[in-house]
Amino acid sequence: MTQRIARRFQISTLAAHLVLIGFTLLALAPTLLVIMNSFKPRKEIFGAPLALPSFETITLIGYDTVLKRGDILNYFQNSLIVTVCALFFIILFGAMAAFALSEYRFPGNRLIGLFLVMGIMVPIRLGTVGILKLMVSLGLANTLFALILVYTAQGLPMAVFVMSEFMRQVSDDLKNAARVDGLSEYTILFRLVLPVVRPAIATIAVFTMVPIWNDLWFPLVLAPGESTRTMTLGAQSFIGQFITDWNAVLAALTLAIVPMLILYLMFSRQLIRGITAGAVK
Amino acid sequence: MGKLVLEGISKRFGAVEVLKTVDLDVADGEFIVIVGPSGCGKSTLLRIIAGLSDQSTGKVLIGGRDVSSLPPSKRGIAMVFQSYALYPHLTVEGNLTLGLKQARTAASLIAERVAEAVRILALEPFLKRRPGELSGGQRQRVAIGRAIVRHPEVFLFDEPLSNLDAALRNQVRAEIADLHRRLGATMVYVTHDQVEAMTLADRIIVMNGGIVQQIGTPSELYRRPANAFVATFIGSPGMNMVAGTAGGGVLTLAGSGRLPCSAAANGAVTAGIRPNGFEILPGGNDGLAGTVIASEYLGAESFLRVRLADGTVVTVHEHPDHGWLIDQPVTLRLRPGNLHLFDAASGVRIAEGPDAAAQPAAARVA
Repeated sequence: MTQRIARRFQISTLAAHLVLIGFTLLALAPTLLVIMNSFKPRKEIFGAPLALPSFETITLIGYDTVLKRGDILNYFQNSLIVTVCALFFIILFGAMAAFALSEYRFPGNRLIGLFLVMGIMVPIRLGTVGILKLMVSLGLANTLFALILVYTAQGLPMAVFVMSEFMRQVSDDLKNAARVDGLSEYTILFRLVLPVVRPAIATIAVFTMVPIWNDLWFPLVLAPGESTRTMTLGAQSFIGQFITDWNAVLAALTLAIVPMLILYLMFSRQLIRGITAGAVK
Repeated sequence: MGKLVLEGISKRFGAVEVLKTVDLDVADGEFIVIVGPSGCGKSTLLRIIAGLSDQSTGKVLIGGRDVSSLPPSKRGIAMVFQSYALYPHLTVEGNLTLGLKQARTAASLIAERVAEAVRILALEPFLKRRPGELSGGQRQRVAIGRAIVRHPEVFLFDEPLSNLDAALRNQVRAEIADLHRRLGATMVYVTHDQVEAMTLADRIIVMNGGIVQQIGTPSELYRRPANAFVATFIGSPGMNMVAGTAGGGVLTLAGSGRLPCSAAANGAVTAGIRPNGFEILPGGNDGLAGTVIASEYLGAESFLRVRLADGTVVTVHEHPDHGWLIDQPVTLRLRPGNLHLFDAASGVRIAEGPDAAAQPAAARVA
């Protein structure tokens, strides 16, 4: 009896794992393809796109082109500045707004919350023309600051929404104990509440960071100048109307993955630590 | 020094009135327990005293000072919370000292206060640990320690024992009583448990529906409850409430018997009799006729559940080794001075006649 249950359990576990493994392969395949092909000469990319680079075919020509031509380090730096700054502002302002919405009763509280939810639903790209005009009249066109502002605005609604939900779960007693001890509201937010909602912050960081890093639209519209190009936009310079240097494009994309991967690992470790060490009871 | 005065405190959320005009005078060193069912406004009242919530009207005076508009940290209070509310990222020592550091207290004074709290609560072995590494009882002791180091004029306790298991609850309750005796500080303690209220309090405030029902010493509340709510809330097992009619000094109860009562009572009344107010006799005697339906044996005593003629079930206190059987017809007779009469509609206590009024005076002598 118990054996049969155990066997059935094993089978269902196996099935679940098969599905998950299948899905993982499906999700990873395009990325793996990009990485594999970035190490192959052009003829091999088109001749046998699914083949692994062998000892005869492996080449670093794409990386050579990328590193020689184009200001790849500058692109990297731009992308990093924009992503990290936007992320910082999203979490800072998002946490402050979420704390206000979840902690204080004031007229219009629910209305503001609703307004922010609308921000999640309406894509910011609809306002591109207006944003561009605004940036030009502010003299911010072709600056990284313009991108940081736009991405902060884009990420805030989701951040406020998620964090205010998490903050509602932080014990009132804890905040009140701090008030009795004379801590300021800022100290309560940054020293008590934020460490407790660390998992929420990690989640927001992961989910807002990737779209910002990958975005092509706003860099193209707001900051297409050579000095302010981001990595994604930079990689496009190898795609021409008639000739495309596929080695270089794939190599650039592969390089673009690396910092994201590092940032992701950083945050995901934080996420796990947040869940296990956030033992507030 | 630690005198606490509430003047006309009320609280409303929009149209909902959660607290109705509370006036209270707490003497220095008094232990006041606010008790009531959940949602009765007792925690709201405590939060208003602490300054964590604003009152709609009225004033809070602590030590003769109007603190109504001061933040919690400036009111001279310290609070112990139900969920302990220790700072998870700080050690026990950090938890004890944070408030004092925040108030820029001199380091030597902080060390002195912490040493005092550690001595009183025997916290020495835990000083370097974090709250996560402590048990529930230890955490609550740290929370109490955090209150002690502030040297407050008034201690506030918000259901401090609710998260502890039964055995620990008795132990920490004794510790709190001991603490009050040693510090001689004014304490206001909120709970929904009437046993905690009876055992700890100098005076109890019973609340229900945002209204103060009665304020008095545990024995006053037990002997002369002001209304039917207080009567059923205080005492365990609760007071038996039996419907009846009174007139001309005679009370007719639940269609099963007649009793003499105060001449002041007239018309529909509710009679309140505590389980130990009954004397139980074999069936057929003069009194309330009923049938035994259950017996609860508790070792030192036992409680019988008796169904009266109209179906009302009452609890009766009896010796542990009584000989009553289930389904046996019995007669309940009232011991003198054990009848409480309440108006059937309003639940307000009906004043006793001269003989019953002598009862509390006699109790005071005893």
